[in-house]
This record gives sequence, C-alpha cells and structure tokens, in this order.
Amino acid sequence: MDMFLNIFVAAVLAGTPLLFGTVGEIINEKVGHLNLGVEGMMSIGACAGFMVGYMTDNFVLALIASFVAAALSSLIYAVLTVTFMANQNVTGLTLTIFGVGLSNFVGIYMLSKSENGTLKLPANITEQMRDIHIPVLSDLPVVGKLLFSYNPFVYIGIIIAVIVGFYLYRTRIGLNVRAIGENPAAADAGGIKVAKLKYINLLIGGGICGIGGAYCSMIINGGVWINNNVGGLGWIAVALVIFASWKPTHAIGGSFIFGALRVLKYYIPKSVFPFPNAFYDMLPFLITAIVLVIASIRQSKENNIPKSCGVNYFREER
Amino acid sequence: MANEKAVKYAIECKGITKTFGSVVANDNIELTVKYGEILALLGENGSGKTTLMNMLSGIYHPDKGSIFIGGEEVNINSPVDSMNLGIGMIHQHFKLVDVFSAGDNIILGSKNEKKKPKAIKEEIRNISKNLGLEIDPDKKIYNMSVSEKQTVEILKVIYRGAKILILDEPTAVLTPQETEKLFNLLRKMKEQGCAIIIITHKLNEVLSISDRVTILRKGKSIETVNTKETNEKQLTELMVGRPVSLEIERKDMDNKKKILKIVDLTVMKSDGTVALDDISFDINTSEILGVAGIAGSGQKELCETIAGLMPAKKGAILYNKENIVGKSPADIIDLGISMSFVPEDRLGMGLVASMGMVDNMLLKSYKNKKGIFVDRKPAKDLAKKLKDKLKIVTPSIDTPVRLMSGGNVQKVLLGREIESSPNILITAYAVRGLDINSSYTVYDLLNEQKEKGVAVIFIGEDLDVLLELSDRIMVLCQGKITGIVDTKTTTKEELGILMTGGKIGEEQENE
Repeated sequence: MDMFLNIFVAAVLAGTPLLFGTVGEIINEKVGHLNLGVEGMMSIGACAGFMVGYMTDNFVLALIASFVAAALSSLIYAVLTVTFMANQNVTGLTLTIFGVGLSNFVGIYMLSKSENGTLKLPANITEQMRDIHIPVLSDLPVVGKLLFSYNPFVYIGIIIAVIVGFYLYRTRIGLNVRAIGENPAAADAGGIKVAKLKYINLLIGGGICGIGGAYCSMIINGGVWINNNVGGLGWIAVALVIFASWKPTHAIGGSFIFGALRVLKYYIPKSVFPFPNAFYDMLPFLITAIVLVIASIRQSKENNIPKSCGVNYFREER
Repeated sequence: MANEKAVKYAIECKGITKTFGSVVANDNIELTVKYGEILALLGENGSGKTTLMNMLSGIYHPDKGSIFIGGEEVNINSPVDSMNLGIGMIHQHFKLVDVFSAGDNIILGSKNEKKKPKAIKEEIRNISKNLGLEIDPDKKIYNMSVSEKQTVEILKVIYRGAKILILDEPTAVLTPQETEKLFNLLRKMKEQGCAIIIITHKLNEVLSISDRVTILRKGKSIETVNTKETNEKQLTELMVGRPVSLEIERKDMDNKKKILKIVDLTVMKSDGTVALDDISFDINTSEILGVAGIAGSGQKELCETIAGLMPAKKGAILYNKENIVGKSPADIIDLGISMSFVPEDRLGMGLVASMGMVDNMLLKSYKNKKGIFVDRKPAKDLAKKLKDKLKIVTPSIDTPVRLMSGGNVQKVLLGREIESSPNILITAYAVRGLDINSSYTVYDLLNEQKEKGVAVIFIGEDLDVLLELSDRIMVLCQGKITGIVDTKTTTKEELGILMTGGKIGEEQENE
C-alpha cells in the first residue's frame, strides 16, 4: 500500500511538466497548428522562470516570466506560420532547436557569472514552492497524501487543464477555435477572425508549455540549474496529445500515467524484474510509439486530429 | 438618386474588374438583382462566375469597379462585411465542419453569444419549420447526405438574416428529386422577399427557376435577358459566343471486331460486399459502349478491374483472347488499355494537383526512356500540343493543374490518355461539372477516337447524352447487368426501367 502511494505521488510529480506541455500543445493543434516546438518553448520557459526566480526570489514573478517568455517564443512561430505561411513542421523543429540552445546559452552564461559555479534558487522562493500543507485535509490518512501534498505547480496544472477543457469544449469562442482547426475556410466564411484567434491561441498554448518548462528547471532538480533540464519531455507531450485524444481533461490522466512510467525504475525492485535502468528510461518512448500506432488505427471522427491541423490557411487559395 | 436605387436593386455591380496575375477573371462586369427575384448567372467554365460571387462574399476584393447593396455603395473586405450586408453565400464546396453538429455549424461565428444553446436550437427549428425544412440540429455533419448538408448551409445564412442569397452550382451534386425540393425552397424565399443569385450550367434549370439570366463569357458580362423571352438555344449561343449545335454526330463504323471479352466477372469491394456480380459482355473496336446506372452500381469497380487496380474474385477479362486478370496496371497500360476516370473531385485519380501539365504528362511517359534521367522535352511538346488542340486555358503549361478550372483539368486528363494512342479507352464521368461547350469538345474527342478504331467505354450520368453518343448501352444495377441495348432502338424510359431493375434498387434511388 505504501509503495503504491509512493508511486502515485511520484507519478503525479513526474507527470506535471508533461501535463503543461500537453495542454499547451492541444490548444495549438485545436487551432490548426501542429507545433513541434514544444520542447523549445518549454526550455525557454524553464530558463526564464528559473532566472527570474533566481534574481527576484519571487515565485509568482517566475511563473509569469516563464509564461510570457514561452509565449513570445511561440509568437515567432505564429508570425512565421500564420502570417508568412511557413511550413509548420520545419518552423516547429527550428523553434525546438532555438529554444533549447538559447536556454542552455543563458544557463552557461549565468553559471559563469555565479560565485561558486552553481545556480541555486534562493530560500524564499524555495519556501513558496514547497509542498502545500492544508490543516486537517493534508493530515488525513492516505487521502491527504494522495490529494493534498503536492507543490503548487501540480494544482496549477490541473486547474489550467480543466479551464482549457471548458474553454475549448463548452464556450462559443472555443467552438470557433475548434472550427478553425477543423476547417478554416468554413470558419472564415462564418465570419470568424481566423488569423487573430490563431495568434491568441498559439500564444496561450506556448505560454502554458512554458510553465511546464519552469517546473523542469525549478522543481525537478531541487532548485539547482542544470542545462538541458527539459530533456525530451516536450516530445513526449506532443505524443500525449494523441493519447489524450485532444481533450485537456484526458491529458491529466495521460500525463500521470506517463509520469508513472518515468518513475517506475525507482520502485520496482531489481530482484523482481531484472531489467537495467535504461529499459525503464525507454518505456515512455516505447509506449508513445505504441500509442501512435493505436491512434492511427482508431477511427472515431470526433476524437481525432483536427482536420486542418498542420495546414496553413490562405483565404484566396482554391 | 440613391433612394430610387434602394427600392430597385438588392445588388448592383458596376464595372467590376479582377485579375489574377496575368489572367483577367472579371472584366468590367455589370450585374443587377432585385429583391424578390431570382437571377441565374450563366457562363462556361472559367467565365468568371465564381470569381464575381467571391467578391460579393468578401473572399476576393475587386481591383476596379463598385458594388451597391440596397442602393448604397459598399466596400466588402471580408466575409464578415458581406454577412453584415445581408449577403449569404452557399459555396459549391460546402463550408461545414464535419465533426460538429448542424446546430454548431449554424451558429458558428455568429454574434448573439448570449443565447442559451436551447434557445438557439429552438430558433433553428423555427426557421426550418417556416421554410418547410426538416433538420435535426444535433445531427453531425459527417452523418448527413449531400442534400442535408446543403440545407444546413442554407439555414446557416438565413439564421444570420441574409436577404441576398448566392448559390454556386447548388444542383451539381443533387438528384433530380432533391433539386426540385431545393427549387421549391428558393421560390418560397423569393416570395418572402429575398434576392437570389443562382449559378448553374444546366439550361433547363435556368429556365425553370430564374426570372432573369445574366450571361458571362470570358470574364465579361455579355447580356441579361428575361427568362420568359428566351430559350435554350439563345442562351447557349450567348454563352458560347457562336451558334452551337446541340447534336452529337454518331457515325456507324463497319470494321468492328471483338477486342475485349469479359466472362463471368465477379469483384468484391474492400468491405466484402459484391461490387460486380457475375457479369459478361464484350466490346468491339470502333464502338462506344455506354454504361448507365445509378451511382454506385459497380461502375467504378468495373473501370478499376479492367485497369488492373482491383483484383477479380472470379472470371476472366480477355483482351484479344489473352486473360489480363492478375496483370499489373503497368502491363495493362502497355497493352494499350487506357483509363481516364474522373471522380467527383476531378483531381482524385489520374493527375497530381500540385504538378503542372508537363509533369503530369511525364507521369505516363517517363518509363519509355532508358536511363535514370528524365527527358522533359517530349512531355513539354505534348503539353503544348494539347494546350493548343484542346484550347486549354492556363497561364502556362507549368502552372499546377489545381489552379486550372475544372473543365480544363478534365481536358488535360483526357487529352493525355488519348495521346498515348490506346486501343481501349475507359472514361468515367468525363463531362462531370463541365459546361456545354467543353462537354461537346469531349464528345467530339471520343467520337474521333472511335473513328480511329478505338474501343471506348463511356460511363455516363446523363441519359440523353448516353443515347446520342453510344452505339450500345449496358445498364448496371447493383453490380449486375440488367440489359445491353442498341441505342437505335431503345428509349430513355426503357433505360430508366433497366436502371432500377431490382426492387432494392428502386428503394435506394428514393432515399
């Protein structure tokens, strides 16, 4: 029982950055843009969040910085693909390379300026990011640990996922957004401002990815900066979008399942399954591949990729 | 002055000009429509009808000229502007989101955000009731028939309060019964004071639905006539610009000999149902064999099986006594069996949309040359030759074919097949979506092939054309041959009976 509890908690913690990346990418894809730059946007968010946190010692400012910086990097993507109709895949890949590179560049520069060759978040912000403790609730047996013992990121992530789910599937503007992703010509003919909504949603999606990046740099390594701290999570997030069938609320469960896969190696004794650690490191990617295969077989019309995702819209093209 | 016009015209276009690159799509066009009137816009493929309508709906912006709506000069820069002016466009290719319900599609982008979903559904139901339509707001578009989708499109513009309706070839995809339904709806809307512009190729429809007809030719507005005072012949002449005979000349050839014999052929569809059920027939050289039947009676499978694209379950296809069942498409092409299949979307099979004419020519001929390099010269010459011979309108022979109008695309496809000098030419729906003049060019091409001794299989939709063009007509019904008749002795009614041969066939037609 205890081991199960521990795995669950660890899975949630490991899955949280994936949740941000997945929800952000869902917004992007729902508005018709297959943005392969998630890894890059997360890296930029990671860098901005950590550095602002390091300098200001303020958690909220760090969060805002990670959101804004990633949204700005997403703006590059939006300008190129929405306005200049550049190929989405190429632009997204470029954004990933750029984002990871920029993040590491800033990281190395800051490291070189630091006194003892390491960057560690100051005490105040570390305190603010600690696991929450709600009197009574957090002290409940089992449930307390299961539900009320995480750092603020986890709750922010779940709240964002629920809000985005409501936004996309329950509001009129969400209907318009989904229409753009499915058939931009229909949306345009219906009087929806296609380019404007694309920009807004690409930026929001990018910003949410950025918060996921901040989690990577600020939480995972205990508040110490290391380069390449996103480490491929952005790519898993892109696959998780399919796993979640483009529904933000499904993304919550999906991220935690993938989180569990990532932490499994610490909990399964070698005496039971004599697999090397490398096997467990590979698991999420293996599952991702399997998910992609299953998704390609699945034929449901609603729970499928938005029809115009990946195709730029040009009104005068016939 | 402005007030006078306000009473008079819903739309008035003055001197509209629009160019795409070097092509003048619209040249100084004049057009007027009154409220409570149906105007038919008639013109050949590429005469600029759709371009003009797209300017009214805000997709394009005119280079020159002015548009008056209800007497006031307006500037339409986007679909929103157009909608706010009360213009509703029903596009030839539906602008609907497949995975949304009808209701969601109807409210998409409209302004009254405050209303509750229930109230909206009620409003949609009321509008449809008023017009005598039946539509379930919760039904998903992908579950709908073509005719239902069109109804949703119409409801969509009415829901936004459109008083001016533009329909771009609305009947191209409808059955005769559905067309009649649509026309009744349009008449009703006209009585309620709407101004309606309808674009169509079909002259009999123009005569039955419209009050006035405006004819476009090569981007210019040629003339506007009152429907009551005109007839098919005059309209055709105005449209084409010269007298056209609507007769197809059928020559009887005497040097016929059997070239293809099909014996007990059974073909299954991919979902395991029977597509062709034990059919046997033969075709002679210097003959056009028409194939009639309700859509989906096995025509497509017949084409594809002969061309080697589909496997036969049973039976044989004997080409000069050699069985070609099981041969690869390339081998079959080498034997001189050529297929030009024009599917509903025209580009689906045969041509690569993003390639120009030259590269599309190469698709069929690159194998003839030895070595690893592509020799573009012969293909280029061929493309030029086809362009001149078939009067294909395109900025250049390297322009991607998807930018060409439908009729021209079909000419490219058919021209290429004919140039490979086949012994058997299979053509399906060769004139689908073509205007009169282009259609007759195609018929002439086919007759020319027949006179050269080619065996032509012509799968068609229009019974009148089938009767005039073919030597014999084979009727398919549910994958079975219900009759092979001589066109000299048969009638349209007889064909109709054969087409609905089985009882199940009749039910399907009525659906």
